[in-house]
Amino acid sequence: MTSDESIITTTGLGRDFKVRDGVRRRTLTAVDDLSIDVRAGEAVGYIGANGAGKSTTIKMLTGILVPTRGEVTTCGLRPVADRRRLAREVGVVFGQRTQLWWDLPVRESFSILAAIHGLSSVEETSRTDELVEQLELAEFLATPVRQLSLGQRMRAEVAAALLHSPRLVILDEPTIGLDVLSKQRLREFLVAERRTRGTTLLLTTHDMGDVERLCDRVLLVDRGRLVWDGTLAGLSRTVGAQRVLVVDLAESTPDLDDLPDTRHLGSEGGGLRQRLAFDPDATTAAKVLAAVSERVEVLDLAVEEPDVEDVVRRVYAARR
Amino acid sequence: MADVATRVTTTLRPYRAVLSSRIRSQRSYRANFVIDLVSSLLVGVIELAEIAVLFLNVDRLGGLDFGQILIVFGLADLAFSLADLAFGHCDNLPTYLRAGTLDVFYLRPQPLLLQLITSDISLRRLARASVGLVALVTGLVVADVDWSPSVVAVLLLSVVSGTVTFAGMFVWAAGAQFFLVDGAEATNAFVYGGRYAASQPASVWNRPLKVVFGFFFPMAFTAYLPVVTLLGLPGSDLFPAWLGWCAPLAAIWTWALALLAWRIGVRHYRGGGG
Repeated sequence: MTSDESIITTTGLGRDFKVRDGVRRRTLTAVDDLSIDVRAGEAVGYIGANGAGKSTTIKMLTGILVPTRGEVTTCGLRPVADRRRLAREVGVVFGQRTQLWWDLPVRESFSILAAIHGLSSVEETSRTDELVEQLELAEFLATPVRQLSLGQRMRAEVAAALLHSPRLVILDEPTIGLDVLSKQRLREFLVAERRTRGTTLLLTTHDMGDVERLCDRVLLVDRGRLVWDGTLAGLSRTVGAQRVLVVDLAESTPDLDDLPDTRHLGSEGGGLRQRLAFDPDATTAAKVLAAVSERVEVLDLAVEEPDVEDVVRRVYAARR
Repeated sequence: MADVATRVTTTLRPYRAVLSSRIRSQRSYRANFVIDLVSSLLVGVIELAEIAVLFLNVDRLGGLDFGQILIVFGLADLAFSLADLAFGHCDNLPTYLRAGTLDVFYLRPQPLLLQLITSDISLRRLARASVGLVALVTGLVVADVDWSPSVVAVLLLSVVSGTVTFAGMFVWAAGAQFFLVDGAEATNAFVYGGRYAASQPASVWNRPLKVVFGFFFPMAFTAYLPVVTLLGLPGSDLFPAWLGWCAPLAAIWTWALALLAWRIGVRHYRGGGG
């Protein structure tokens, strides 16, 4: 799926901001000495705590911000100098800002964007139809954007960013605030898009599910510096991130603190709901569930993924 | 030549798309659109009435009679409304900056300023332009205009230059928003204050005002000076009668100012380079 062609290359990339601190001015380093290489067709999760420098990096990759130091090449172009050419190659989805015309119907936003990207009417029709079908937009194409639900709006945003068939798609918190079903649909779409077109994906997220289901490589930044570049499994193993099984039980039960390969995290409602952590390398959710079921009837359950915050916290803690 | 035409068409294609969807949406919210039109018409009429009331008490203002003032008001209002129709959208820049939607403009293959201007259009502003046009035509009929080709030339020149000048004012103000937090209040004093100043005879201003709105932001060139020229009035020391012909220079000056402010603003936003 991946090739030898570099889509993103940065060498010693850095960006400082001057901030006014009362009367004094001081320099804040948002990104420092970042050297990464992303190949065509890769799917990369770019994660880190808030303020770690993720958005700043994205802005430098797309030519919005001028780097303070270092080199950056995106799709073989210099982002700042070749911004307009680069715009044809890159699609960006910002989870928290819209690129649609809020009081116009969704369809109208698409046709304006098609005009902006200079698509021919044949290209426009075929690509719009394709995205409408895959992202299931048909039912609200005629609805003004401001009346859409968050899930509908995000699907429309993704379609808007992909209308010009970019080679690189950057997603900044694409699933933030979405319900489980909407997240699932969006991820499936992105997986399919990557498979059929060889699109390169770079996404920032707080949702470990996004990384697990979409990415085969993780870049973790801490205070502007790259601290991990590799697979998610490798990262989780390194930091010993655990999954959590939450069980709702039929009757009050004493703390289940002696099950094999698990750690009891806490109980609520007099033992009606209990939280059990387990290491996915040592056991499985099914085995833990079976062990619980031997003792007491389970009414409901949920598996909590190790969230990005947790993984990040562990990495940060290990570094300090 | 054909190449230029193609490029213009390609550049303006998004604008056409915005315009046609705006027309469509305003057609589907017809009542809403009518209320919009009527309210902006009302504002224009009230400003016109202000002048009429003034002339109940005086016969002349700054050396102009009522009919002549109507021409000044009409010219200024028409030019401003046309500029507002096309460029008024620049006023939304602070909103875009705050919401971060300006970044979205950077991700599209077009110049930033062009996108800002063409990202939307407010058709209700046509109502204001019609008030200006009616005032202008009425003024030209009422006032004793000595028609000649050069009068027509001054008139056309001033409508075009005035529109371009006011457009430059919008762009200059937008450039300043990159620096100023909540700066719209400050720049509005010059943009909308300038519009108000432009609809008055510059001869009544005090000296500092003459410098600011006469030359630095050349509001006097959008209406008052062309009117002095086309009516063959004597003019004054700072504003000689021939100065009306220089309206295009005022437009060029404003745009030099505008593009400089815009460039500095964008450079500040991206943090150097650009």
